[in-house]
This record gives sequence, structure tokens and C-alpha cells, in this order.
Amino acid sequence: MKAPPFTLHRPATVDEAAGLLAALADEGALVLAGGQSLVPMMALRLAYPPDLIDINGIAGLDRIELSGDHLAIGALARHHDFRRSVVPGPFGALLARISHEIAHYPIRTRGTFCGSLAHADPASEWCLTAATLGAEMVLRSQAGERAVPVADWFEGAMATVREPEELLVEVRLSRPAEGSAWGFYEFNRRAGDFAIGAALAGYRLEGGAMRDVHVGIGAIEEVPRRLGEVEAALEGQPPGPEAFRTAARIAAGAVEPLEDFATPADYRRDLAVTAIERALAEAALAQPGQRGMAA
Amino acid sequence: MNEAPRQGSSARPGAGERLFGRAVPRLEDTPLLTGRGRFVDDVQLPGLLAVAFVRSPFAHARIRAVDCTDARAMPGVAAILTADDLSPLLTSDVVAGAMPSAAIRHEVYRPVLARDEVAYAGEAVALVVAATRHEAEDAAEAVAVEYEPLFAVADGPSALEPGAPAVHMRLPDNLLATFDFHYGEVDAAFAAAAHVVRADFDLHRGGGHSMEGRGVVAAPDPVEDRLRVWSSTQTPHALKAALCTMLGRGDDDISVSVPDLGGGFGPKLVTYPEEIAVTAVAAHLGRPLKWIEDRQEHFLVSTQERDQHWRMEMALEADGRIAGIRGALTYDIGAYTARGLNVPYASGMMLTLPYNVPSYRLDIAVALTNKAPATPVRGAGQPQATFVMERLLDLAAAELGLDRAEIRDRNLVRAEQMPCRKPLKLRGGTDVVLDSGDYPATQRAALAQAGWAGFAARKAAAREEGRSIGLGLANYVEGTGRGPYETVTVRVTRQGRVRVSTGATAMGQGLQTAMMQIVADHLGADPANIDIHLGDTAEPYGFGGFNSRQTVVAGASADAAARAVRHKVLSVAAHKLGVEAHALDIAGDLVVETGGGNRSLTLAEVAVAAQGIAGFRLPGIDTPGLQATERVVIDDMAYANGCAVAEVEVDRATGGVRVTRLAFAHDCGVMVNPAMVEGQLMGGIALGLGNALFERMAYDEAGQPLTTTYADYLLVTSAEMPEVAVSHTESPTHLNALGVKGVGESGVIPMAAAIASAIDDALDDLGVRVLRAPVSPQEVRAAIRAAEGGAR
Repeated sequence: MKAPPFTLHRPATVDEAAGLLAALADEGALVLAGGQSLVPMMALRLAYPPDLIDINGIAGLDRIELSGDHLAIGALARHHDFRRSVVPGPFGALLARISHEIAHYPIRTRGTFCGSLAHADPASEWCLTAATLGAEMVLRSQAGERAVPVADWFEGAMATVREPEELLVEVRLSRPAEGSAWGFYEFNRRAGDFAIGAALAGYRLEGGAMRDVHVGIGAIEEVPRRLGEVEAALEGQPPGPEAFRTAARIAAGAVEPLEDFATPADYRRDLAVTAIERALAEAALAQPGQRGMAA
Repeated sequence: MNEAPRQGSSARPGAGERLFGRAVPRLEDTPLLTGRGRFVDDVQLPGLLAVAFVRSPFAHARIRAVDCTDARAMPGVAAILTADDLSPLLTSDVVAGAMPSAAIRHEVYRPVLARDEVAYAGEAVALVVAATRHEAEDAAEAVAVEYEPLFAVADGPSALEPGAPAVHMRLPDNLLATFDFHYGEVDAAFAAAAHVVRADFDLHRGGGHSMEGRGVVAAPDPVEDRLRVWSSTQTPHALKAALCTMLGRGDDDISVSVPDLGGGFGPKLVTYPEEIAVTAVAAHLGRPLKWIEDRQEHFLVSTQERDQHWRMEMALEADGRIAGIRGALTYDIGAYTARGLNVPYASGMMLTLPYNVPSYRLDIAVALTNKAPATPVRGAGQPQATFVMERLLDLAAAELGLDRAEIRDRNLVRAEQMPCRKPLKLRGGTDVVLDSGDYPATQRAALAQAGWAGFAARKAAAREEGRSIGLGLANYVEGTGRGPYETVTVRVTRQGRVRVSTGATAMGQGLQTAMMQIVADHLGADPANIDIHLGDTAEPYGFGGFNSRQTVVAGASADAAARAVRHKVLSVAAHKLGVEAHALDIAGDLVVETGGGNRSLTLAEVAVAAQGIAGFRLPGIDTPGLQATERVVIDDMAYANGCAVAEVEVDRATGGVRVTRLAFAHDCGVMVNPAMVEGQLMGGIALGLGNALFERMAYDEAGQPLTTTYADYLLVTSAEMPEVAVSHTESPTHLNALGVKGVGESGVIPMAAAIASAIDDALDDLGVRVLRAPVSPQEVRAAIRAAEGGAR
């Protein structure tokens, strides 16, 4: 479990990193940010990058800033940086809540938000967050900069539209609607394990009816996504266990679950329903006036 | 070698003071917790080279060719050896396993390196020596092995089906062995039974997963033409014997030392091909070599305990007494035998022990498969036997409408039956005789602690809140203290220190502390004056750590040796002081008068006197020196017993099971150190919890391992551990002078059975039966869905 030989590059600026990527990406160069997935894969000799472009020395990439309708999250913002609210109010509380579900403490102190989006593990909490709240991925290369909406970002499990020579410099995470409240549920075998299924759900109340309903699932399918059918069933309804259960059940027919040796598709189909129901229940507890993650 | 740290003692202990039986702090903890442990990877020698192995990516393949040309030219490479290169250095190409058995039909010993065929994924094909481990791994990847993949067999039952692919090309079939346990008129018992319950069980156990993997350093000594070997092994004597035999060396040409061990848990008890290969190549090259198993190798090639499939039935009288048990067990032993048939033997032998079972027949078939060899992991077949027995009793209780505790109480061996001879033999042919204990009382203690009687009300109240809680129980008997002996030498040095040396091997249990407490009883009761040296083969006769044995067998020898040395100390001191020996005692490093006098001698003075003076008679002794070596022989095993009651909460929507509370009542005889006993129990319980709910070493149908990282192979962490209430009872065994029994494996044994029973209880309205271990949330959920008719 020793990594194969590689050359480590330590650019000081984004331009320098983009230059290195332009020169070396074709040979298999990879970007090293938190390294919590990449480095073990190298130790297992599942990844053989001849060059690693370590962006940890680039100043300013660790920024997390509210900017208009979104939160700008730089490529070096660590999971752990979200452990306390990065923005006042429920949005920050929601991100803090989710950050604690990610892996284990030492991993959270190194792994990055943008790295999770670039790695695109189906079980990633941040990928689910981006897919549900809405986000734009900002990519830099020598050719310039482009922004990709989250709906176009994922190509499959561990696959995105990022080109090898592009650096994901920032994720712009959409700010939830004023007055909305959110709930999150994830099921795993042990604390800190990869989720087997997860859901993030939120809505705001208008005259006793749910509006701006967002329901996203992660770890169920190859790619996290919002479930429009479930959202539509809730939109305009009064919240409550019956409404949540009825809408959540729609997910069973709407998802194409992942399967692996330990988890049959039927299990994840069930779990999608349970996770959505529980995320909605948590959101209901968090409505303004209650303690919790209401925006 | 382990050396006890010098700890400053605040005051010299008084005469007659005892450390035995007290929860004294472990001698091991301070060095291990402050980074002063010395493990095999800490052995550094001038000119040390690193070893990596080329391992098969296929579960079964013919090796057509091995080309090392490119790899030999890689940076840092010193040598690359294939099976053909290694063969001239060894007297045998295979590592003969311990534990021969007449039941074994095929000789399938592990090759040191595979030559023509690989029979499991990870099997070593070549050995690479390079300046660093990085370079060795780079070169290992560059060795070009031409494989012709063959059909693989990945589970026991399919290995035994007609027409199954052969696990080894040269063998006609995959049936390694059949044997049985049989006593009483079992078929007649079934014919006459008032009730019969039946079930099939799928029981899996994973690997050892010690924090420190295996590793070996071998250093030739050109001056004396000897080999010095350090290995992370539980059995240094077995390793030394194998090395001497396979390298064609004399008994005194090789020494094996065990540094601090970062856990063993069973898999380190067998001698491995890597230890032979590394030592042989070190001797051949004349260079010290180090191989440290990495975690991938641990998953792939360290032995595991594997799968047992049971088809069982139990016959009962109308009042719930057991009339007979019969059935069949298929065991998947992997591609080679490394420890004979001892896991299925232990399972079959232990099944009935806690209970009065008038008739019994178990037919055992051992199947070869294309997987890593299987050998004992902590518990060694006993948890599976307990699972089967206890689950059959739960089924019987349901069938008869009896409380699960009541049916056990009607069948448990009772205190007045002790010693209770069972119509069964240990693997060495000795009778199984339960020596002591009050099994029904132990069960009552666990039930009381768990609140068994009042649980129905709590369960009903939880059900009202939509929560499913359940309680389950399991009794066990553990065979401990496997003989025949362990050697212990006790000596008082001329500096007045007490030195204890033995080949018994510590792997984290606190053996140093236990030995110290036993010896201290006779030699001054001062931990700071006692040095313990473990795991060394300077003493030629010994075994090592397995089978919850060392405190029993090494403890008995330590007790006898310390007693003998004490006798000599007092004899010499009495001679010098001109008093009777019985008027003296040892307190710390002084021999003191007890009958009113206040004269004393230091142990150093006594030791110097005891070595003798040229031309003078020895002072009050017949043989010189304050030293004694003892090998107390104990053939019978001492049987510890206990009862676990587990409380669980089941999340019906996800199938998630959380063990919320645990009551554990047990009896391991006299306790040398109650805190260490509890430590052993807690570690065992954690492993048992893993066996119940988490740990699965999965393979696909082609024999490819699927769970080779700790993201996929789930070990229990502190977050999963419930609150545990332990209650101790001490029924001394008559089998050794100290009255001690082993406890190292006890915690593991009843856990999966108790948890399965509790899950059934939590889901009793659905009639779910957990007949497998581990059971995953996915499987629990599937059972719930099936019981609910597939509807949500």
C-alpha cells in the first residue's frame, strides 16, 4: 500500500495551476486538494497519477462568502469549516448539520467541499446538498472560466463534465428561500460510514400550505437529484405525517436504485421513501418559530 | 521481548501483602500509551532491505510463466525470487500445517510460493527484495506473471456439489474431510419426541483485524552462522520449529523473538509462508530483510474463520427437556489447511456443552474453496455452536409456549452435576469434563441484571410509542487453558531483581501483569522489582497465545516456579541468619524476620550467596542459584461459562438494529486481575457485536474478495458499543493450583446468539427469525417486508 512514484507540483496561483493542468492533464495529472479519496486510491494503486498538482498553497481558495443569492465556496474550504454556521441563520445551521454527517473528524479537517463535488461519489452529502439547493460549479482552465449548473454537472457515479485540464475553483451554492425550513436524513451502518441512502428536504409555509418544496435524494441512485414528482405532490399541501408519507411513497416508483453485493435495489427503494419522510418530518420541526434550520 | 517497565514503588510492600486477585494497573499500559512500545516494524538494522510479494489477482489460475526481467532492472531491486528460485533453499516447498487428522482426505498444505497454480486471490507467486518498500512494490507490479484463469469455487456448499470445478487442479474433488460427533440413541429420540424444531443457519465470521498486521524481520548473523528472527506471531515456538525444519537448521541455530504485539485474535497463531520465505531469502542473501504486512494483504491472505452452514433439528420431551440434537455442518476452510480441522471440531464439540443433551449426532463436511485459508479467530468455532444451540432453544421455547429463560433452566447442567463428564472427546482424545460452575445461577444473575422479568411491560410501552425493542439471551461454555504446558523460568538475579521468562506470548491481554501478580505472591509483592520477559524461544519448549490458555497454563508454571524459588530464597536466608525458614518472609527486595526479630537480608545478598563460593558448601540449598524452571502439565481443559442478555431496538423502516444494553454474567474461576478480566470481556463483546451485526468478509462468485478496506468491512467502534453491566462469579477449578480459567474468548461467544434472539423478540408480532450472523439492516428489512407480505 505504497503509492506509485509521482511528481508533486505546488503552484502558488490559480493561473499557475491552470498552466500545469494544461501541460500535464493529458498524461493523467490530478489535482490534490484534501486528498481524502485520492490519496487512499493511490496507496491502493487504483490511481496512478504521474503528476499531482497540489493546490493547498494557493492563497484565497479557502474562502466561504455569501454573495447575493449564493454562497461562494472556494476549492480549499474544508468540510470542517462548516461545523459552525458560516453564514448567520438557518442556512449556516443546515450546512453545519450536514457537515457533521460527513465521514470522521480527521477526514473532515482535510477533505474539501469542492473536492466532494469534483469526486462525485453518489453517497456524498455535499453533492446531495448542491443538487437539492441548486449550485453552479466554476471551472478554470487556460482557456478561461465557465460555470456549470448542477443539473448538468454529474455524468454518473464518480463522473462529471469537468475536463481534465479544468480546475474546480469554486462552487456557488444557492441560498434557500426566505422562510424555508429544512430537514436531512441519512442512513448508514455505523456513524461516519458512506450513506446507503439520504434525503434533504425543505419548504416554506404560506397560509398553511407548503411552497417552494425541495426534495433531493443521495446515495440511492448514481447521481443525487431532486425528485420532481414528490415535490409536486407536496406543493400546496398542508404539511403533516400523512402528506409526507403519501408523497414519499411516490419515490419508490420514481427511483432507479444502485445495487451492490450488500444492498439490493429493493432496499434502497424502500430507504428512499423512509429518508424522504424523515427529512420532511425534520423540516416540519424546524419551521420558523421552532428551534431548527428554518431560513 | 517484552520487558516490564521499571516503575517507582512508593513504599516497600509489607510481608504477606498480595497483588494476586487485585485490579492492579497493567504494567503494559504506560509504555504502550506513551509510544514506548516496540513492534516488529520498529526493528531497525544496518543494511535492512524491504520485501514485497507478487500476489495473484485471480482466485484460481494456472501459472504459465513468470518473467522478472523488467522488474529486476527496476531502481533499488536487490533480488526477485520465484518458487523455482526458492525451492533449493528449503527442505520443503509447502508449510506443513499443525494438527494432523485421520479425517483429512487431501494433503493441501500452503506452498511457500505458488509454482504452477494459484488457488486463492492474494496467494504469493514471487518475492521482491529492494532498498525500500516503495521500490519493492513498484518492482512487484512489474513482475509479469502469465496466468490462465480457471473456474473458481467460492462457497462451501457449491464446492461439494457434483460437477463443481476443482479447487486444485490435481484433486478429484473438494471434500477435504468428513467426520462426526455421535452419542446416544439420537434417531430413537427423534422418533419418540413430543416436539421437533428445525432450522438452517448461515454463520459467517471474518478475520482477525489486529491493529498491527503481521510482519517479520530476519537477520543472518555471519559470525555465528545463526539466524535471528522477530515476528509478529502468537506462537514463536511453532515458527522456530517450522523454520529449523524448512531451512534445515539445528534447534539452536535460529532464535525467534516476539516484540510487542498489536493484537493477534487468532490469525497470528499459524506459521505463514511469508515468514518462511523471508527468513530463507535473508539467509540466502546474507542480508537482514523486513516484510510488514499491509492492510490489503491482511484482508487478502491473513487467515479468516469463514462460513458455516448448519441444517439442524432438536427433539424435545413434552416438558421442554431436550431429547436429542442432530444435523449436519458444512464448513468452508478455504484453499489450504493451515490448522487442520480444529474450527469445525470445536463447533461440533462445544454445541451441547452447557446443557444436558442425552443424544447427539452431527455430520461435518469440510469443503475446500478458492479463498484464503481459514483458521480460528477469537472464539474458534464456539460462537457458531452457541448460536445454533441457543437459537434452537428459542425455537423450541416458541413451539412449546415456554419462556426462553425457563426452557434453558430446565436443560442447563446443574451445579450438583459437577464435575460433569460429557460423552465427548477433546481433539487430543481427552474426555470432556465440565469441571465447575453453577450455570443456572449464572443465567439468573444475567436475567436479574437485564430486568428480564419486567421487560414485557417496557416492550409494550415502547410499542405504543412506535418503537420496537427486544430482549434476547444466550448461555455459553468456553473451553479454556488448552494444555499440555507452558514453560516458565523464575530467577532472582544477583542484583536482587526477580526475572520471569517464558515463551508464553502477550498480544495485548495483560499477560505481563498477570504473570507479575502470580509471581509477586511468592517473591516480595513489589511490581517494581519484577521483570517479565515473554515470547522468546531461548526456552526450547513452549507454545504461545491461543485458546484462552496462557494465564491458566503459564500461570500454573509461574506459580510453581516462583514457589520453588521462594523456598530456595528462604532456605539460603535462614542458613545465613541462623533461623528457621518459616520464621522468614519476603517483602519487596528484602527477606525479613516475621517472628519478632528485625534482621533482614536483601534479595541481592541472598542471590550472591546462593551462587556459591569456590571451595565452600552451598548455603542451605542443594543446587546453586535462585532459579527454577517449571512446566506444569495440564491435560484437561477448564470450562468457563456465562450468560449474555442483549437489549436491542429495531428500526422497522430501515432494518437498522441498535444494541442498547447488555448484561453479561460470567464465571472464569479465580480472577488474577478483575480489571483485566473486564477488559478481555469488553474486547470480546465488541468482536461478538461485530459478528452479530457488522463484520462480513465478502467474496463474489469468482472468489474475488469484495470487502478489502475498512469502508466495506465494518468493525465495531466505540459508537456502536452499548452500555455493558458485568457480573462476576468465581468458581475455582481444581485443575490448577490457582483455580483460574481462561476468559480471552468469553465475550465473543454468546453475543450473536443473544442479539439474534433480541431481534426476534423485537419483531415477535411478525414472526421474524434471525438464523444468520452477521445480519445486516438490508437482511432485517427484507425479513420484515416478507413478513408483512411485501407491503409497506
